[in-house]
Amino acid sequence: MTAIATPRRRTSLTRNRLPRIAPWASLVVGLVVGAAVSTLVGFNVFGWGVFAAIAFTIVYVAWSAAVEGGRKARDKFATCLVIGSFIIVVLPLFSVIWTVLEGGIKGLLTPGFLGTSMNGVSGIQDNQSVNTGSRVVGGIYHALIGTLLITLWSTIISVPVGLLTSIYLVEYSRGGRLGQAITLFVDVMTGIPSIVAGLFAAALFATIFGPGTQTGFVAAVALTVLMIPVVVRSSEEMLRIVPNELREAAYALGVRKWRTILKVVVPTAISGIASGVTLAIARVIGETAPILLTAGFATKINLNVFSNWMASLPTYIYFQILNPTSPSNPDPSLQRAWGAALVLIIFVMILNLIARLVARIFAPKTGR
Amino acid sequence: MSKRIDVKDLNVYYGNFRAVEGVSINIEARSVTAFIGPSGCGKSTFLRTLNRMHEVIPGAHVEGHVLLDGDDLYGPGVDPVAVRTHVGMVFQRPNPFPTMSIRDNVLAGVKLNGKKLSRSDTDGVVESSLRGANLWNEVKDRLDKPGSGLSGGQQQRLCIARAIAVKPDVILMDEPCSALDPISTLAVEDLINELKEQYTVVIVTHNMQQAARVSDKTAFFNIAGTGKPGKLIEYADTTAIFNNPKEKATEDYVSGRFG
Repeated sequence: MTAIATPRRRTSLTRNRLPRIAPWASLVVGLVVGAAVSTLVGFNVFGWGVFAAIAFTIVYVAWSAAVEGGRKARDKFATCLVIGSFIIVVLPLFSVIWTVLEGGIKGLLTPGFLGTSMNGVSGIQDNQSVNTGSRVVGGIYHALIGTLLITLWSTIISVPVGLLTSIYLVEYSRGGRLGQAITLFVDVMTGIPSIVAGLFAAALFATIFGPGTQTGFVAAVALTVLMIPVVVRSSEEMLRIVPNELREAAYALGVRKWRTILKVVVPTAISGIASGVTLAIARVIGETAPILLTAGFATKINLNVFSNWMASLPTYIYFQILNPTSPSNPDPSLQRAWGAALVLIIFVMILNLIARLVARIFAPKTGR
Repeated sequence: MSKRIDVKDLNVYYGNFRAVEGVSINIEARSVTAFIGPSGCGKSTFLRTLNRMHEVIPGAHVEGHVLLDGDDLYGPGVDPVAVRTHVGMVFQRPNPFPTMSIRDNVLAGVKLNGKKLSRSDTDGVVESSLRGANLWNEVKDRLDKPGSGLSGGQQQRLCIARAIAVKPDVILMDEPCSALDPISTLAVEDLINELKEQYTVVIVTHNMQQAARVSDKTAFFNIAGTGKPGKLIEYADTTAIFNNPKEKATEDYVSGRFG
């Protein structure tokens, strides 16, 4: 077999192309020009980055326009815009993660941080640790328990309600008046400020059990208000993309509608529903305002969501920053707050990973 | 097992739109009947009224009578779910349940209805249904693998196995081969020939050679124009429809001079 040799020559099919090093060359030019311009207005790294990006885009696109023509130049310009937007979105994320890691790692690694509460920790201990250099005492155990319990209870309430609502919307309402109304109200609920949800739960329980009822369960109800619309929306989407053919196949076998939904439609959509629920949990786990209003603030471990105040990670952070345990030496409190923030971010990341894992585990298998 | 179908003056409506008008037809037990006709002429719609599957579409309703061995499918107090256990259906696109194994797909009609069967009974149902669908030898070693891993033709035969596992009297097939290659089509056509020994088979097809190959009787449907209802033009033995049609429209259609 003889390979067909294609010598490089100009035909009606070939076009001029930028050399392969063009992006890198443009980048170097961009960095240099960016540095020069930013020095003119007062140098800082941020300004350098912005000017370098602009200079790079101009050089790269102009070069491409000169060599390759308008279509390729527009393509390169769009590429620059897309990548630029990506960087703009990702930079703050990395910045947040980096800041919290930097501030929180010391607190997180302090022995007993995850396993002790703030019970009995007062300004005296904090002053002592600052003065003598001994380790910071007190931890987030009570807040961790509180966050887990409150989120667990709000999940227990909102997943059945949300899932059944979405089943009604997709399988039963058939675009009727009630279905449209529910969709509208769910959309409105999505936009409710979290403090309003907290006020609602506080007012509800004040009406039923008397004023000042502040327990973990009230906070769970407040979070439920925030969580239900997210669950409804995500599971509605998932149920809608279940092909109608599967429903018809089940009906044609003489299967009743509710069993079709229970055994065919929901299992087919379960991976999406489960990851939607996990993301909804991630959405509410960091809520502060409604928990402040409804669960109060505790320094002791409280395992009972139905009585007494309960701490949570967001309120813990809030109070450690706002009212340091020792007003004259706020550093130990700051350290604890950053540690708690780091734990919270790790929680949310783990939840997102779980969502992906769950989606993969439940996804319909196509193995041969 | 097998039952005859008698349809009297059936009109099918989608909301106010009359999709099918005045169909009367007698389908013998243990026979294969093919419905042919141009797209949109209402043959699939009519087929779906034979097991009340059209009711899945909002606003669809019928006037007239469909008798299954003398029992009116549209009589008062008739449960559409019960109708569908007697009249099974196979669809145009193979649609095995993606969450279930091959075994569970075959057993779907039994299991989803909440019936409990012993292990030996289920094994018997699975094997006889898959043998009935000419699929047993190809899948017997991988019954616990997902049904969606099979080829298109195998999936369609799996759907047929699933339909016969609930032991219906009638099997309706809505263009069962239009998504399959010629070899899989041949397999399904052979299967239809075997099925008619036990079941009444009604098949909608766009492929006239297929109708000629598999059916005993053929019904030709047509519409006068867009927005007009579909009608049954001619219903006779398949040889008569293809060789000696009475109606001009039928002759034009089967000889390819349509339109």
